[in-house]
Amino acid sequence: MQPALSIILFTVASGAGYGLMALAGLFAAAGLLPQGLGLAALSLALGAVGAGFAASTRHLGRPERAWRALSQWRSSWMSREGVAALASLVPAGLLWLELLLGRRAAQAPLGLATAALAAATVSCTAMIYRSLKPVRQWDNALVLPNYLALALMTGALWLAALASLAGGGARAAAVALLAVPLAAGAKLAYWSAIDRAAPLLTAAQATGLAGPVRLFEAPHSEENFLLKEMGFRVARKHAARLRRIALLLGFALPFLLTAASLLSSLVAAPAAILAALSGTAGVLVERWLFFAEATHTVTLYYGSAAV
Amino acid sequence: MTSLPPKRPGQKQLGLVIDLDICVGCHACAVNCKEWNNGGGAGPLSDLDPYGARPDGVWFNRIHAFETGEGEDGRTVYFPKSCLHCEDAACVTVCPTGASFKRAEDGIVLVDEALCIGCKLCSWACPYGARELDEKEGVMRKCTLCVDRIYNETLDPADRVPACVSTCPVSARHFGDLGDPQSDVAKLVAERGGVALLPELGYRPVNRYLPPRRRPVAAAASAAAETAAESAGSKLLRWVDQLLSR
Repeated sequence: MQPALSIILFTVASGAGYGLMALAGLFAAAGLLPQGLGLAALSLALGAVGAGFAASTRHLGRPERAWRALSQWRSSWMSREGVAALASLVPAGLLWLELLLGRRAAQAPLGLATAALAAATVSCTAMIYRSLKPVRQWDNALVLPNYLALALMTGALWLAALASLAGGGARAAAVALLAVPLAAGAKLAYWSAIDRAAPLLTAAQATGLAGPVRLFEAPHSEENFLLKEMGFRVARKHAARLRRIALLLGFALPFLLTAASLLSSLVAAPAAILAALSGTAGVLVERWLFFAEATHTVTLYYGSAAV
Repeated sequence: MTSLPPKRPGQKQLGLVIDLDICVGCHACAVNCKEWNNGGGAGPLSDLDPYGARPDGVWFNRIHAFETGEGEDGRTVYFPKSCLHCEDAACVTVCPTGASFKRAEDGIVLVDEALCIGCKLCSWACPYGARELDEKEGVMRKCTLCVDRIYNETLDPADRVPACVSTCPVSARHFGDLGDPQSDVAKLVAERGGVALLPELGYRPVNRYLPPRRRPVAAAASAAAETAAESAGSKLLRWVDQLLSR
């Protein structure tokens, strides 16, 4: 599948934003969110989510009609994603106001509602891909836990970075130290699953013809939308190298830097900020691979023997 | 509304039956499809760089060519592919705007281009590649089963079939109600063992493909033996004989 920059930026930014929003909500519910950190975290989270959705409209042929996407929540995960995203703004905005006014009374329910709706939005994003049967790498039970774990991890890294600037942040860093191995495990399990699974469908099944089926002649001599959108291929050696880069930037470095920030107050802030930047960069590479390594059944009509 | 219409027994399901045994791969159906729909209700079907080095554009119908079998069983199969108007059309249910819908009255899957935001998710959800983005208009396009022909009372009744069906020079394309087991197309599918594409995925496509007939091996061998003794003139008669004895 074509790794479109708009969708990669959208899923990474909104994932990090909702992860940060959910953690801020949970910390607030537990009474552990200082006013300054809470305002900064929720502002950054809302900014990341807003930037992500703005990027996603670049993927649309008719961005001015984007509001129509809220109407089909009964059947469409993309529509549910939009509804959940808007709904999450209500408790998140109220929590932000509560923090601004220095009130504590409603922080627990607002924090829990914010966390729940943030998790719901990320789940809807994941289910858009999870529910597409023509792409076997996405029609996989590990897609949903991957999106959730990566959102939690990037959110935790950003919360730890913000907290370290405020001179605290041991709790947030501890959450990040748990979230990074969790996300790394989810990603490794996903990659292992899609590598081990044999291709499901063949050109013979796609055409209903008996015996081995080879493409003799394509319907057209040049590219078309189907090949540009669904026919993207990434060389295996590049995929292997990019996976190593994603592991290093996304998980190994953030873990070591977060541990360093906990151990030494001298380097705490720079290490935590570097951890967040590195983790986000690693997840950008991971998300590029999520698309680039996915194969679509339409390629069976264009010369793929099996997908 | 992108929920699928409720299923009723005997539901009308208009669709195509494509005979892979006799399709000659002339692309006339694809050309007439583009011609009709470019100017019809579903048009225009935009082209990018149509006279340049890398022409690209929207087509509802595309003709692939495959080789199957080995040795003497090897053959070339021309394979026209357009929307299969699935009963459980995921392209409809994934649509976030309600632009994509399946008609309750005849099962045709359509896009309301005034609602479409061009998110392309329907093209990802379709395993067959039936939907294409019109990059100039920013909306998704797909086969309408020539909904603006088949009910068009200004046309001669004989012409009230999809453009691809009307133009096929070898009658390899058939149009009708596949939801009715007594229809001509349903009987043809039953008689010839027509197949659905990728039934494993569960979209329940309506269109059917009639597989190429098996070559009569014994007859071909004995015919070849006769050929040696026959003059060139009788080859024509033998071909007529083969054609008539199908």
